[in-house]
Parts: sequence; C-alpha cells; structure tokens
Amino acid sequence: MAVLTTSNLTLSYGKKPIIDELNLQIPKGKITVFIGSNGCGKSTLLRSMARLLQPKTGHVLLNGKDIAKRSTKQVAKELAILPQGPAAPEGLTVLQLVKQGRFPYQSWLQQWSAEDEKAVMNALRATNLLSFMETPVDSLSGGQRQRAWIAMTLAQGTDTILLDEPTTYLDMTHQVEILDLLFELNEKEQRTIVMVLHDLNLACRYAHHIVAIQDKTVYAQGAPEEIMNEQLVEDVFQMPSTVIPDPVFGTPMCIPYGKGRVVRHVNTPQYA
Amino acid sequence: MNGILYGNNRKAAGLIIGIILALIIMALSVVLGYTNTSFKQAIEAYTAFNGSNEHLIIQLSRVPRSLVGMAVGISLGIAGVLMQALTRNPIASPDIFGINAGAGFFIVFSVTFLGISSIQQFMWIGFLGAAVAAGLAYALGSAGKGGLTPVKLTLAGAVMAALFASLTQGMLVTNEKALDEVLFWLAGSVEGRKLSMLTAVIPALAFAWIVSVLLSRQLNAFALGEDVAVSLGQKTVIFKLAAALMVILLAGGSVAIAGPISFIGIVVPHFARFLVGNDHRWIVPYSALIGGIMLVLADIGARYIIMPEEAPVGVVTALIGTPFFIYIVRKGIFQK
Amino acid sequence: MRKYWVLQRKSFSYLIDKKTTLAIMVLSIASIAAMLISIGVGDMYIAPWDVFTALIGTGLDINELIITEFRLPRVLVAFIAGASLALSGAILQGVIRNPLASPDMIGITGGAGFAAVGFLTMFSDDSNNLLLSINYLPIFAFAGATVVAFLIYALAWKNGVTPIRLILIGIGLMALFQALTTLMMLIGPIYRASQATVWLTGTVYGTSWKEVKAMLPWFLGMLPILILLVRRLNIQGFGDDLAMGAGIAVHRERFMLLMACTALAGSAVAFAGAIGFVGLIGPHIARRITGSSFGGLFPASALIGGIMVVLADLAGRTVFSPLEVPAGVFTAAIGAPYFIYLLFKNQ
Repeated sequence: MAVLTTSNLTLSYGKKPIIDELNLQIPKGKITVFIGSNGCGKSTLLRSMARLLQPKTGHVLLNGKDIAKRSTKQVAKELAILPQGPAAPEGLTVLQLVKQGRFPYQSWLQQWSAEDEKAVMNALRATNLLSFMETPVDSLSGGQRQRAWIAMTLAQGTDTILLDEPTTYLDMTHQVEILDLLFELNEKEQRTIVMVLHDLNLACRYAHHIVAIQDKTVYAQGAPEEIMNEQLVEDVFQMPSTVIPDPVFGTPMCIPYGKGRVVRHVNTPQYA
Repeated sequence: MNGILYGNNRKAAGLIIGIILALIIMALSVVLGYTNTSFKQAIEAYTAFNGSNEHLIIQLSRVPRSLVGMAVGISLGIAGVLMQALTRNPIASPDIFGINAGAGFFIVFSVTFLGISSIQQFMWIGFLGAAVAAGLAYALGSAGKGGLTPVKLTLAGAVMAALFASLTQGMLVTNEKALDEVLFWLAGSVEGRKLSMLTAVIPALAFAWIVSVLLSRQLNAFALGEDVAVSLGQKTVIFKLAAALMVILLAGGSVAIAGPISFIGIVVPHFARFLVGNDHRWIVPYSALIGGIMLVLADIGARYIIMPEEAPVGVVTALIGTPFFIYIVRKGIFQK
Repeated sequence: MRKYWVLQRKSFSYLIDKKTTLAIMVLSIASIAAMLISIGVGDMYIAPWDVFTALIGTGLDINELIITEFRLPRVLVAFIAGASLALSGAILQGVIRNPLASPDMIGITGGAGFAAVGFLTMFSDDSNNLLLSINYLPIFAFAGATVVAFLIYALAWKNGVTPIRLILIGIGLMALFQALTTLMMLIGPIYRASQATVWLTGTVYGTSWKEVKAMLPWFLGMLPILILLVRRLNIQGFGDDLAMGAGIAVHRERFMLLMACTALAGSAVAFAGAIGFVGLIGPHIARRITGSSFGGLFPASALIGGIMVVLADLAGRTVFSPLEVPAGVFTAAIGAPYFIYLLFKNQ
C-alpha cells in the first residue's frame, strides 16, 4: 500500500522542467531512498511531496488524499520533513528547537501538554540528546546538531518522515548512527521514511526500496538487490563501476572507477 | 546567480554604452534648466566667452554641478557595493556606518554653536564628521573577542548612526534658525557647488575609485565567507580595514560636497547585480556608472519638479529610483 | 527540567523558563520604577514614594492633581509607545530574519511621517493656522502607516512574499516617502517645517488622558494576538521550508505579522511621533537578555522599549530645562550605551 503517491506530477523552477509527468508510489512502513546525480531533481521531488513546492501540473496524494487540498496543519500531523541544511536562530537551545516539532498539536492555551512533553522527551532520548537540552544549538558539533534537527522532526510524531540528505557533512560514525536511528524507528514503530542519500552503499544497506531518478523521471525502482547493477550506475551517474555484494551485509556495494592507486588487482577494472 | 547580461563581451559592451550614456546625460545636464541654453552656447562658453548670462550660468553653475553630480554618484555607488560586501547584508549602505549621520551632526553642531554657514566650510566639517562616526563604528564593531564580524559591524554602525542622528535632531529642534540653514543641506544637493570644491576632494575620490577597482577581486573572495577567504590567501583584517577606509573616503567625500544622499548607496549595487550578476569585478564599475548616471539624472529632474525653485537631488533620486528598484526586486533575482 | 516550571492542566498547559521569568520580573520592576521617577520629576519635584501614595489615593491632594491630570498620562503614553515600537521591531526582525529590520527601515514610520507632515502643510492657511483640528493628526499618521504596509505587501507579492523582497521593497518605499516628506517640508512654510521636525523626532509633550484612552485599548487588544503569534514566529525562524513542513501557511502568516507590526508601530507613531531607534534596538537588547525564543522576547522587548521612551522623555524634560526637547532625541542616547555594553559583554 502506498502512503505517498504522485500522479502525473510535473515540477519546475521557472520555465525549466525538473520532473516530468511522474507517477510514483512510496510504500507504507518502508524505508525509501531517492538516489540520483546532483541536480537531477530528487530534492525537488521530496519537497513537492511535502507540499513545500506547488506542482506545475499533477497531484501528490498523502494516504489517498490530495495534499494540496488538505489543511496544512493536518498534513503536519501525518508527515514531517527535514530540509537540507536548516539553520536555527542564534542562541536557541536544543529543547527550544525540539519543542517546535509539537507546533501542529499546540494551541494558544495548550503549549506544553503531557503529550507534548512525552513526545519531546522521547525524541531527545532517541537521539541521545537528553544531556544537551539546555545547550545552544549553534554550539553543538555537526553530528549533534543534525541529531537535534532530527529530534525535532521526530517530536512531530508523524507516521511519515521525509529527510533531505540527513547525513551530509557527518563523519562515518555519525552517518551510521543517524541511519541506525531511522532504521530502528522504522523497525519498531513502522514509520515510513523517505530520504535522499548520496552514499549508494549506505542507501543499499538501509533502504527497502530505492528510487533512481534520472532525466526528469524514475529510471528504476525496487529493492536494492534487484535493481542495483553496473548498468544503473552507469546510466544514472555516468560512472563505470563494479557492483558486488557487501562482504558483511550482503547488500549491493558499488565500487566506482576512476583514477587512484592500485595495490593488488582482484578484478582488473575495464576502463571505458 | 547571473545577471541579464551574459558573457564578458556583453558586459564590456554594456559598460561602454553606459559610459556613452553618462556623457550624454552630463551634456544634457549642462544645457537643461530654468535658463534654457543650447549645446552651441555651452561650447562657446569656453571657446568664445562673452560674459553673457547664459555663458556665466554654464561656466559657474551647470558644468560644476554636472561634474560634481557624476563624481558623487560614482563614489556613492562604489561605497554601497563595498558596504554590502563588508557587512554581507544586502540592505546595508554607507549610512549604516554612521557616515551621513556623523557629517550631519558635525555640520549642525558648527552651525548652532560656532556660527558657521558657508558651504565650503560645511565640506570639511562634514568630511571630518563622517570620518569620526565611521571610525567609531569600525572601532566598536571590532572591539571584543572575534574581531570585526559583519553582524557586529552592522549593529555597531546602526547604533552610532542613530546616536548621531538623534543628537542632530535635538539641536535642530532647539534651534529653529539652524534648521532653516541646514534643511536644504540635509536633503542633499549638488546645486551651487563650486568647481573648486570638487577639485579639493577629487584626488581622494579618484584614489578610492582606483583602489576599489583593485579590491574587486578581493570582494569576490570575501563574499564566500571569512574562512574561505583566508584559505584563498586573503589577509582579511587588512582587506576589511582597506575597504572600510575606502567607504569613508567615498561616502565621506560625497556627503561633504553634496550632503546626505542615502538612496544611491543602498540600491545601486542591486541594479548592478541585476545587470551583471555576482562578480564584483563587474559590479564595481557598473555601480559606479549607474550611481553617476542616476545622480546627474536626478539633478536634472530636481530643476523641473518645483520650478522655479530647485528640489534637493536626494529627494529626486528616491522619487525616480524607487520605481526601478521595485521593478528589479520584483523581477526576482533575490530568491532567498 | 529544573530550569522550568511545568504547568499542565486539562484546559491549558505551558512550559515556563525560570530565568526568563526572573528577567521579565526584574524588567517589570524597573519599568515601574522608571515611571514613578519620571512622574515625580518636573517643575515641582515629588518623591517616588509620594508619587506612589498619590496614585493609590492616600497622598496629598495637590500631588494627586499634578500627577493624575498632567504627568501620569504623559508617562503612560511614553511607555505604551515605546513598548509598541519595540514589539513591532521584534516581530519584523523575526519575520525578515535580518537584524537591521525595524518599522523605520521598511517605511511604516515613513508612511506615517508623510501623512503627518502632509496634514500639517496641506491643511494650514497662509497665516499658519490649521484648517482642521490637530486631533485628526493621529488618524492621518495611522492611515499613512497602514497604506504603506499594504503597499509593501502588494508590491512584494509574487507567488508569495519572501523576506528579502519584503524588506527591499520596504526600503524603496521608505526612501520614497522620506523624499516626499522632505519635499513637502521645503514647499511648506518654515513654521510648519519646524513643527514637522518635532513630530518626526517624536514627542509625548502635551499628551493627556485622551491619548491614553485612544492608545491603551488598542495596545491591550494587540496582546492576545501577540501571544498567538509567539509560536508561529518561533517556527518561522527556522526558515520557510521547516515552517511549511510544520503546518504554517507562511505567506498568509507573513501578511498577518506585517499587519500586527503596523498596528503597533502605527498607533505609537500616531500619538508619539516618529520615535526612532526603539524599534531597532529594543528587541536586540531583549534578545541578549532572554534569548531568541519569542515567548520571552516579546515581554522583554515591550518592557525595554517602554523604559527607553519613558527615560528619554524624562531626559527631554530635564536635561535642557527649562527648554523641552522631544523624547525622540534621547532614545538613542539612552539605548545606545547600554546596547554597546551588552554587545561586548556577551561576546
């Protein structure tokens, strides 16, 4: 069953079309990852699915209903999005930031209900930030800061979470940490996660469903082990590569070609 | 971000057209006005001077104000670019440095307490005031940990400007006579300026023009952020100081001759970016030209709006500049 | 949660920051002290305690007369005007996300100034008599501010309104209306120019209960709206994408915020003239005391703005005594040193 559906969706900035007549379904309760080269429109697609960008033509359906026709506050209780590189006002503390995730549930009189408190505390716990509650966001390290933003998105308590490159600028440890967190959320609470990732190997490891975007539309989609191969990488990224099973996880692993030191030839790369 | 002029050839051609346009407008500024004169008379005023009223007006009034207008416009345009780059704030202008407020304060102070009233004396006092205010703002902005940061500079400058402006208002409110004398000066004007006033400051202005053009590559590096600029090998402390000094020379010199004309410094860089994009090597000369053209054009307009009286050129600049400014803002080159 | 009080009942729930609450209490006490002192100072000095007793009705009759008839309304107008301007600036800085934003900067004050000076010059005859009652001036000023706010929004609209377009259009209109104001002052008689200068500087001279009665309901009426806006402004601070993601219709919201800003600044300017600086610096001082969250920022800005104008008016009455100087002259002189101190203390 699909939680998000696009029907004949065309997106554009100005006159230039970015996505053309796209029909796509995002499976419920799964982790879906958009991959594609820089500027292929995957972020744009993600934004439009979160009603941040009006489609030129076509519709985005959230749980079967047109997202543009629903109350934006209602949508915010079902779907949360973390855009790329968010910035907090100077001096804002982690608690003040994460608290904002409760915005769609609050009102004039209800600004800190027991439910709000529970959701915020859970989000802080899940992201390991309880001890940083009073720290200003701008004095956190990159990994902590990203976790704080994710905590805010979690506090929104939605079944569907969209994230635009949540691991960019993070070191290996923090990348895995963030993705583990999202993976657990999906496993334990069956939340639907849709994200843009640049690391193909991590994408293949964590995603149930991969959507490869190329030339304004979907090039291929499906389970990573079914669709990932040298041809896809060549067509989507214009990069010759070898795709082998990951020796630890068994998920597809992509080794891009290019120059570099060769210490021992296992399979001689065939340069195009 | 690209401007509407793509490619170096078009930009260079645009610059040449701009120079021609500037010359035409300066020529028109010499012949148009309450006393109608012709191009023939304008030339004869220098080749075959006969002491007639028209010749005198051309020599003593029209030619000086056309030259002063161009020089001040160029200076203010460049000062605006430097200021917006230095503060990384698209709404900054030399005013933010307290330049106009400082000059205004010194002049009103000397009118009120020292009984000074000649425009020549205003000039030196105004320049001193501009330099003092800007120097204070700069010192305040760089004090404390972390040295000069754009936000600190912006806020320190805004505070200094407000402080001087309020002191000026205070003197004007308590001294109606001074108000009468300086009201016209406070609105900004290039009318009645002698050529000798321009020749007194032109070496400083020309020096600053050249340095600013030389700085334009540095502006590009600085625009990428402090860290990137340092890694590109920029001596940012020296760069900031140099840019600030140029702003003081340019805007201080301008306010000294023509009084406070604030609109040009803030909007001209936007016009330039609209035309040529983000490269300061083009923005600086384009801003210079656009500033000059705008001010001379406004000065022509100033003669007609409330004829036979003259309107202050600062007023007319805002009147004719605002519609264009709103147009380019709506045209949407500033997406975020 | 040691640093907070948690209030959770069936019908309402709040999370209250102890430090911010303390700061606001201190500021409230400072405001009351500033007002008591300001009421007491004048041709006849009345000690703060005597002011207090007079206000609660147990003091001397003569004191009570001076205070309630003349000094109290003036101080109240000063306080409300300052609070309104600072709140207006706080809203704008939040909407536009630029530290230079203030009602002066985007032309709201400029529009009011144009209308007020227009009123003074257009409706006076050759012998400097006003053809209309001066009581109409606030209406003109307020209308001027509102018209400009609508103009800004309309001109900045293009598939929505981005903060940068809003402020750039505002700057354009500010320059335009300032130019028109200067032009009118030059055309009009010098007597009116001088009167206009006083108005443009901002003064609470000669205000009475009439002004308080006009301003107070308006100001109090804005308070619940501001409380509504707090949460929305907080989330707008994260940028349009996140705010939209959290369920805010950002463009419609921005219009409401601009209107709130205009209502506050417009009423302040209508009765107290174009007092500058408070709208810019009041919120900055508040931010350094209570942080960026609007729940604390709003009350702190209002109190600081109020104190600034009350003290500026006090200075205006006393520093050059017997000459009265408009309060607007002193707002910067009072606010600037304190702001500079904060700027460097917090580095």
